[in-house]
Amino acid sequence: MVTQAGPAAETPPLSELPDERGHFGPYGGRFVAETLMGPLEELRQAYEEVCRDPGFLAELDADLASFVGRPSPLYHAERWSRELGGAQIYLKREDLNHTGAHKVNNTVGQALLARRMGKKRIIAETGAGQHGVATATVAARFGMECVVYMGAEDIRRQAINVYRMRLLGARVVAVESGSKTLKDALNEAMRDWVTNVDDTFYIIGTVAGPHPYPAMVRDFQTVIGREARAQILEQAGRLPDALIACVGGGSNAIGLFHPFIGDREVEMYGVEGGGEGLDSGRHAAPLCAGQPGVLHGNRTYLMEDADGQIIETHSVSAGLDYPGVGPEHAWLKDSGRARYVAATDEQALQAFHELTRIEGIMPALESSHALAYARELAPTLERDAILIVNLSGRGDKDIHTVAALEGIEV
Amino acid sequence: MSRIAARFESLRAQGRTALIPYITAGDPQPSVTVPLMHALVEAGADLLELGVPFSDPMADGPVIQAACERALRHHVSLHQVLDMVREFRRRDPDTPVVLMGYLNPVEVMGYQRFADAAGAAGVDGVLTVDLPPEEAQELVGVLRQQRLDPIFLAAPNSDDARVRSMAECGGGFLYYVSFKGVTGANRLDIRSVADKLERIRASTDLPVGVGFGIRDAESAARIAAVADAVVVGSALVTRVAALADTPEAIPAQAPQIITEMRAAMDAA
Repeated sequence: MVTQAGPAAETPPLSELPDERGHFGPYGGRFVAETLMGPLEELRQAYEEVCRDPGFLAELDADLASFVGRPSPLYHAERWSRELGGAQIYLKREDLNHTGAHKVNNTVGQALLARRMGKKRIIAETGAGQHGVATATVAARFGMECVVYMGAEDIRRQAINVYRMRLLGARVVAVESGSKTLKDALNEAMRDWVTNVDDTFYIIGTVAGPHPYPAMVRDFQTVIGREARAQILEQAGRLPDALIACVGGGSNAIGLFHPFIGDREVEMYGVEGGGEGLDSGRHAAPLCAGQPGVLHGNRTYLMEDADGQIIETHSVSAGLDYPGVGPEHAWLKDSGRARYVAATDEQALQAFHELTRIEGIMPALESSHALAYARELAPTLERDAILIVNLSGRGDKDIHTVAALEGIEV
Repeated sequence: MSRIAARFESLRAQGRTALIPYITAGDPQPSVTVPLMHALVEAGADLLELGVPFSDPMADGPVIQAACERALRHHVSLHQVLDMVREFRRRDPDTPVVLMGYLNPVEVMGYQRFADAAGAAGVDGVLTVDLPPEEAQELVGVLRQQRLDPIFLAAPNSDDARVRSMAECGGGFLYYVSFKGVTGANRLDIRSVADKLERIRASTDLPVGVGFGIRDAESAARIAAVADAVVVGSALVTRVAALADTPEAIPAQAPQIITEMRAAMDAA
């Protein structure tokens, strides 16, 4: 039950959260079966140790540079900015990372930690398959056994990513329970973890789940915002006016936002999957249209019915098709530090086509939601205003979806 | 004294171990639940665990997941589950009823409203699978005001300090999860359960029930020798599921396994 409606006077600065029990205001925490409480505490301790270990951090940096390909560029989309007739739009090019999205920043970090902890078996959940591919990739690199849980419905929709994971040596397990999508894959991964907790490391792909996952995944993703902050200072000589990122679970958004939380003049916009529109009920926008509840180990905003049952979400983008959201976003929303909006499937597709034709960059449908909001916001601002949009992934994986929507057979 | 404490005290005086069947409320349809609860008591149940269906039962295996799905096809809500308990109480004022489920339906109803309604309906205990003691303070407070026992789960890897904190905020009995895993798996190791129970008893005076993996009369009898209560879930729900196409036969036929377990436990 959420008893605090707003930030209390003694609340620590937003950038210093969570507290020691994993709370972001009333959100976050550790709502899991007892068997996982010990292992989560062990994980928290191991994670805090490596954060203070220069050897680990050097290893991580080296992998981010030579395996992932960081730093990713910050690209000034001049032609698109001119066309929109307002603010200058800069794109943080996470689409250029190895495996084609921001997901790998986190899987490299967690796999290194798993190796430190002596775990030989990796499990993960995946929706569209991006996190599954990023996990299978690092498991191959470190020679670890890898099992990826994926909803049977998603397996049907994302056949290419399923094959990629199998090529990488992962076992992909079809989840037939519930709605057969991402939330059910997460349930099944949790069931595996509770059963094999002694030798298995669970790599969660987003900033949700029980403490310490929301903080740990965020920390591994903040490389996005740290780089972007330094790059914009170098390229434009000042901080941006606003940041824009899509929000499913919210890992690319928090990765971009977090290093700017203390820069009060920088506005932050998280863009949820508006599906067929918030009024239609067919969407994936818990922050815009949901209410607080408890799912998957944390308290956060959820898509749920009046009885507290989790309801199915709808988005053209499989990566945004999740009924919850990271607890830090829930708190950033309530505290007013970040604002959350939604872009519909149609708006996202329009932005997808526009960026592809005008800038020669094909964005993921997830990232296209952030671009869709940039497209709305930019014309309302002066020409010297600066927006940074997180281009969290590339669109190759989505061409079948786009083609099908246009009635084209590829 | 709560109905649960009274029941354990009288069983202890008789030298008997409690048998606690679990069913999911509304599985396979709402009209079955109350008659099935009465039939389970007649078959030898000492307490009843009534599952509140949830869309995402993360700690449960396939059998109870499927039971939740069958119940949710009828949109069985927490309100309806409480109505079922109220109806059960009209004929049975004595058998303790424990609600077992996940936190979110309770969050959405509101802790205070839930506790008031559960107390009024005749519920005796509340076991929330995904609410460890660290996060439970507020709910425990309102449950206690309504004289409802908050029941916690202890696991093989719960250390002594955690067991003590469960004993402090919990009431009724402590539910020991016999292995690391989900409900219905086949991983029961009686020796390790017996060793752990000895340790747990050093930390609490609460009766200790054991659940997960008890699938037949033989395993029930062996657990009964070391525990204060035997909890049977998936093995019973499997029988309910097998009769899902003839729901009217469920109250007469499904409790057979409870009768067998009761006999084996009493003979041992």
